Amino acid sequence: MKKNWPLWEVFVRSKNGLEHRHFGSLHAADEEMALENARDVYTRRNEGVSIWVVESKHITASNPEHNGELFEPAQDKIYRHPTFYELPDEVKHM
Amino acid sequence: MKVDLYNYILGIADNSLILGQRLGELCGHGPNLETDIACTNISLDLLGQVRSYYQYAAKIKNDNSTEDDIAFLRKERDYVNVLLVEQPNTDFAYVIVRQFLFDTFYYEFLNELQKSHDVTLAAIAHKSIKEVSYHQRFSSDWIKRLGDGTSESHQKVQAAVNDLFMYTDELFHQTDADIAMIADGIGVDTGLLKANYYSKITKILEEATLQVPEHKYFHKGGKQGIHTEHLGYLLADMQYMQRTYPNMEW
Repeated sequence: MKKNWPLWEVFVRSKNGLEHRHFGSLHAADEEMALENARDVYTRRNEGVSIWVVESKHITASNPEHNGELFEPAQDKIYRHPTFYELPDEVKHM
Repeated sequence: MKVDLYNYILGIADNSLILGQRLGELCGHGPNLETDIACTNISLDLLGQVRSYYQYAAKIKNDNSTEDDIAFLRKERDYVNVLLVEQPNTDFAYVIVRQFLFDTFYYEFLNELQKSHDVTLAAIAHKSIKEVSYHQRFSSDWIKRLGDGTSESHQKVQAAVNDLFMYTDELFHQTDADIAMIADGIGVDTGLLKANYYSKITKILEEATLQVPEHKYFHKGGKQGIHTEHLGYLLADMQYMQRTYPNMEW
């Protein structure tokens, strides 16, 4: 146990019809143990109906150093939000 | 009071209470966060089941005793759990082997208890069996991991199997209450479960590349209230609050 088990990300679907959401991470030796551990760590208070686990190393993440070029260009383009339309009164729930 | 039924219920419930207490000792002390939570989850499952049994026992006793009195205020000799479940958490291998040897029995037992003529016992068994089915999966998976893991884990789990195996035969020992309840169609005839139990155990141990010990001598006594030296310490820990502050509640 000195050598750490690999890290896994846990996704739980809390109700049928909803999407799986990221719940957290845990350590496990393989995918089977990851599922069992996820069941014990994240769903013991009746939180879920389905669990996905994926080893963290398989996730490709954006680099925070590139946040400027990735996300800033979107900040001054308010016209990309659909807020410039006159909504007819008949349209509800928008 | 139906003495045989009362004693029969304690015979089932005490196993889960004592094993639940043992597993609870691992809270905050498990080998890692994940197995710590897994073991204490199993503990909580068992303690939850125990409440139903002791509530039923208290009703039969009918002298204003509560489930807590029965759980916390008996003396060592009055506990009738098998010796297996009171054995200490020597290391993780012992925790897993003890669990595996018990779960395999308890699952088969509950499966039969669901057919009991006593509707309360049948209902408790029906409710518990899903939990115990998971416990059994958890402990047999770990037996295979440890047995078929590194040479160190193999050696440790084999040592635990060799040490704890002599407590397995007692699971099938029948007390007077057991015999009376079997005759009434209330109790489970554990004699009929024995061959299946040992073949299941053998199959998983072999899958885990472990040796099945060839014991000629088996320990028993727990079901008569004659315990190993470990139970007294466990009870001292478990009963401390009720003994020091009688009738205290959370």
